[in-house]
Amino acid sequence: MTTKIAIVSAGLSDPSSTRMLADRLVQAVFAELDARGEEREARAFELRDVAHDITNNLLTGFAPKPLAEMNDYVANADALIAVTPIFSTSYSGLFKSWLDALDRDALDGTPVLLGATAGTARHSLAIDYAMRPLFTYLHAEPISTGVFAASSDWGAEADEVAPLQKRIDRAAGELAGRLVGSARPEKTDPYAPETYLGGAGSFADLLNDVPVRG
Amino acid sequence: MTDTTWQGMQFGLMSVSDVTRNPITGETPSEAQRIRDIVTIAKHAEDAGLDVFAIGEHHNPPFFSSSPTTTLAYIAAQTERIILSTSTTLITTNDPVRIAEEYAMLQHLAGGRSDLMMGRGNTGPVYPWFGKDIRQGLPLAIENYQLLHRLWREDVVDFDGKFRTALNGFTSTPRPLDDVPPFVWHGSIRTPEIAEQAAYYGDGFFANNIFWPKEHYQRLIGLYRQRFAHYGHGTPEEAIVGLGGQAFMAKSSQDAVDQFRPYFNAAPVYGNGPSMEDFTEMTPLTVGSPQQVIDRYAAMRDTFGDYQRQLFLMDHAGLPLKVVLEQIDFLGHDVVPVLRRELQKNRPANVPDAPTHAALVTAKYGDAAPRQPRPNANRGDNVTGGSPYQDSESAFGKAADK
Repeated sequence: MTTKIAIVSAGLSDPSSTRMLADRLVQAVFAELDARGEEREARAFELRDVAHDITNNLLTGFAPKPLAEMNDYVANADALIAVTPIFSTSYSGLFKSWLDALDRDALDGTPVLLGATAGTARHSLAIDYAMRPLFTYLHAEPISTGVFAASSDWGAEADEVAPLQKRIDRAAGELAGRLVGSARPEKTDPYAPETYLGGAGSFADLLNDVPVRG
Repeated sequence: MTDTTWQGMQFGLMSVSDVTRNPITGETPSEAQRIRDIVTIAKHAEDAGLDVFAIGEHHNPPFFSSSPTTTLAYIAAQTERIILSTSTTLITTNDPVRIAEEYAMLQHLAGGRSDLMMGRGNTGPVYPWFGKDIRQGLPLAIENYQLLHRLWREDVVDFDGKFRTALNGFTSTPRPLDDVPPFVWHGSIRTPEIAEQAAYYGDGFFANNIFWPKEHYQRLIGLYRQRFAHYGHGTPEEAIVGLGGQAFMAKSSQDAVDQFRPYFNAAPVYGNGPSMEDFTEMTPLTVGSPQQVIDRYAAMRDTFGDYQRQLFLMDHAGLPLKVVLEQIDFLGHDVVPVLRRELQKNRPANVPDAPTHAALVTAKYGDAAPRQPRPNANRGDNVTGGSPYQDSESAFGKAADK
């Protein structure tokens, strides 16, 4: 079975270092999966392309088609690589708006590789104090290594003790290890009669034990 | 004139009862004005040949309709033909006993020209205002409706649930007209359990079909139809489906676009969001000539299957009364007669007609006379078992009635 990886980059410029990091991450994950003999595919999405759709979704409650297609791919992917620039000590507002508009259970059980970029390495903990709890709240499963790239990581001033590529490879290895041989999160369509209520349930079950939901 | 004898489908209006500033004049109508206007609108809908007028229930400004049965009973007294309904009645925060009583009263006063649609409410605080927890919204809808359903079908109810005080030997009065409960629709925007609920009871399912793309509602209705069959009420095609809709018309489509745009841009539900062009493409809102509305809505059955009720949202977004009445004329004179003709064509014979009290009475009694419950003399012991009505044996047998 082909492993599907969704890549979401919240970088705003084009080209963006956030997208560069996302590309590096997926290349490393592909290499790890190839080494393990896994079929794989990936699609990369730039939130900039759907920024207006995200705002409209927040205002109207439904996702316009391009955003809905992206969200579908993300919800059905085996893993997510999520990369955001760090603005004012946290993930970008657009990144959070996207997650606010995403179905609450879209990432339930999905392994996530967290990545972030900023001007200096002083923001690197934002992955752990901002991004990680957000994904934990969504019941996603962020892998332990998050990859932070400062501007200097792309040039001569790069960290030579723990270079960017080494951190990328470590995260990619963890994600690939998590994906290979693991049970895929079971995603059921709440509107499909054959999977609804576990396939064999009855409304009588709801009368006895009604689900708690908003 | 048009053929209004076809019972297959009902067309009508659904009002949210918003009191919205007119963006062109800058004036906000008073609540008193809007309440007077809504009566005019409902009567005009009947005059224009529409079949249904439905109004919502809200408990916060800028909406005025907190008590739909009062409004609907007043309208019933001034109309002869139109069916009065809700969009929606809050099954979550209302006491199901009061719903049973109020809507049975309305059903009697309206001579059977009433039904209702269950909904869960539009604003979070309505739950705490009525002492409920929003996280229990779905459980409330399920338990409360279970009780309501029994109150209209059993003369004497014992009930012990999670959400309201227990009932022992309780009789909801008056009994429904002809002892046939009002037809119930369950409305939902996104919740599969509500489609399931409608299917389980063999009730109608109404998809709001206003805010979101129709593909979304297609899945909800698909689920409802299949589960309706699963519970043995008939084939999926025999399920009872209603749809919302939204249109603004002028003789020429460009005039419609120009006239509606300022209202669209300032409307609370979609203002400052997508452009009107994008929104009309993504959702069933149609702004254009009557022919465009006909084309769009005649095609709904291709998505949802043949259905029974089509309601349009027309009085909203600050549109002045005069414009709303014109829109109703377009609907009644230009659109609905054509839709009736078109939707009759190729409609499979097993697709049921739209629900009416008369049809439900016939289904229950055939040619026999409907039950007319008459209470026994009040002996102060209506809670000691048996039925308080003369046509039922008391718990102590006939002798005890003396």
